[in-house]
Amino acid sequence: MNAVTNLGILRCALVGTPNSGKTSLFNALTGSRQKVANYPGVTVERKTGVLHAPSGLCFSMVDLPGTYSLRARSPDEEITRDAVLGKLASETPPDFLVCVADATNLRLAFRLVLELRQVGRPMLLVLNMMDIAKRRGIEIDTEKLAAELGFPVVTAVAVRKGGVAALIAAMDDFALTRVGSGGVCSWVPPSVATLRAGQHEADRIIRAAVKLPAKPDSLTTKLDSVLLHPVGGVICLFVILFVMFQAVFTWAQPLMEMISGGFDGLGSFVRAGLPAGLLQSFITDGVIGGVGSVLVFLPQILILFLFILLLEDLGYMARAAFLMDRIMGGAGLHGRAFIPLLSSFACAIPGIMSTRVIDNRKDRLTTILVAPLMTCSARIPVYTLIIAAFIPNKNVGGIFSLQGLVMFGLYAAGILSALGVSFAAKQLFWHREMSPPFMLELPDYKIPDPKSVGIGLMTRAQAFLKRAGTTIFAMTVLIWFLASFPQAPAGASGPAIDYSLAAMIGKAIHPLLAPIGFNWQISVALIPGMAAREVAVAALGTVYSISGGDVESAVGSLLAHQWSLATALAFLAWYVFAPQCASTLVVIRRETGSSKWMWITFGYMLAMAYVAAFITYHIAVALGAG
Amino acid sequence: MLRESPPVIAKHATLGRAKPGFRGRIQAIDAKGNQSGLTADELERRLIELGFVEGASVEILHEGLIAHDPIAVRVDCATVALRRREAMAILVV
Repeated sequence: MNAVTNLGILRCALVGTPNSGKTSLFNALTGSRQKVANYPGVTVERKTGVLHAPSGLCFSMVDLPGTYSLRARSPDEEITRDAVLGKLASETPPDFLVCVADATNLRLAFRLVLELRQVGRPMLLVLNMMDIAKRRGIEIDTEKLAAELGFPVVTAVAVRKGGVAALIAAMDDFALTRVGSGGVCSWVPPSVATLRAGQHEADRIIRAAVKLPAKPDSLTTKLDSVLLHPVGGVICLFVILFVMFQAVFTWAQPLMEMISGGFDGLGSFVRAGLPAGLLQSFITDGVIGGVGSVLVFLPQILILFLFILLLEDLGYMARAAFLMDRIMGGAGLHGRAFIPLLSSFACAIPGIMSTRVIDNRKDRLTTILVAPLMTCSARIPVYTLIIAAFIPNKNVGGIFSLQGLVMFGLYAAGILSALGVSFAAKQLFWHREMSPPFMLELPDYKIPDPKSVGIGLMTRAQAFLKRAGTTIFAMTVLIWFLASFPQAPAGASGPAIDYSLAAMIGKAIHPLLAPIGFNWQISVALIPGMAAREVAVAALGTVYSISGGDVESAVGSLLAHQWSLATALAFLAWYVFAPQCASTLVVIRRETGSSKWMWITFGYMLAMAYVAAFITYHIAVALGAG
Repeated sequence: MLRESPPVIAKHATLGRAKPGFRGRIQAIDAKGNQSGLTADELERRLIELGFVEGASVEILHEGLIAHDPIAVRVDCATVALRRREAMAILVV
């Protein structure tokens, strides 16, 4: 009888330093059979998956956040520490650990391995990226290593087909022989002396079992001489960002036209098939129109995430943080805030969640506070709609399109205000604090693993579709309801929407928004826009199409007739700042652990939005655009 | 600004003042009186966790645009980015 038949499923935790290729290894082992959720009470991602080994054994794998030490300085690292120690209340302690090390970068990994050894859990070490190590002339004597460390060592190439076969075999073997063989946990938070001794011991083991080539990776050296050049590097960074935003707007176009065409077709098909009346209006205006106007932005969101995932996998993100550290430091932001803020261009929610890489609480709070100011993809629908309707499509100076320049200006306004707010926050809340250290490993460049990028994109697409299918769908239905009921009395002269609940609410808050040039239709659209910014577009569409306009004509041309240029510009200014996203606010409360920061964010953004729209409107009116 | 300070004798040279291209070995970590906002003990632990221990070879590969900060340092076989302020705690020969 062995341990396995008793246990059925073996629990296995993947541990390793950041950049060890742990996630690609996890993807290679579990494929698409993985689940992403949160640990209860915290927003640390809990990634689990199942591996059915050819031997018939079944492993339940969990991918723990990367860390250099079990000392745990951030919520992510605390999860890793507690999971490894078996102290996580929500989690059954792992039966064994698989420690992942990048074969080309063993020093820091080995120090962590030595620390993990003290935990007393059965463990095996995987040397990942063995192909790269061999190519570079790194020779590792795995048998000697296993003898030094006292547990099995296997090699793997996570990104190659069959590259984890040896690991799976070792896990099988391990499960049959070693599980249950753990010792006593003797881990205590290491002191300076213990850490130093650990690193010296790790270095000794490397000298004994590993032959290193004299030179570092030549490709990384060559690339860095350009990409980390004090001037050239910053220029390259901006070129990369420019290409990224160009791609978001141009590559996505054909796909977006396909999606919107599909929804239009579906709408007319339903309209033709159903008798005119409430049901037809509900399905075409409420459901198809509403959800379609939001789903159309899926291509843009995916392209943005594709770039972010590729740059991250490539190893460029850490370089970007290096280049931006001092530049952002002037505004009171940490270099590491660059990655969260860049993600916030896709959506503030993953951006705010990725601030967990910033271990200092103050820096983290500042970043969270300004992340919603970065122009997220949900603003794109609003911006595109208004720009297309109001800004003439002409060239400026022969090369730039005026529409593009306005779009660029809106992005710039978001970035500049984020820098301004973070500077102000630093002065206001913690001006006496010294800014904490910026220390970051710059991993060697690697060719991104298509499988990992694919899985990452799929997760994002699912999250967006889920949002579109739930929150956004519910909101569009609500808006349709508000705009349709109560119905116009028989023989009424005005458009039907004038009698609806939406009109009543819109007119009730309209006096507050009139000074910034908003009409009551905008006031109505802003309410569901709180659920998600892009819903405002759907809401405007619903409000206007129901108010007697030609349903087939685009919302944009409708608006062009109904709004003054000043109103349109004020609306854009409002959208740069307005806290029009309930989910972001909820995530802020969850991430900061208090509603205080949620309300601070809401309050300052609302104030900025109102002031910006007020100024824009009145300047535009004064210039004759009223 | 940091680089204009008077040349220091080799025994007390710190990585925080070295120029790109500097190659040397870590002699000691001395984080007392550091300007990082961390206790000496904590800064020392963080430096060790990134591989800065006595005997490790270091080379400054790159530096940032503003005030020559931060720096990218090759520590044995890995590259680490850090600010000069923290690198002051790394004494090199």
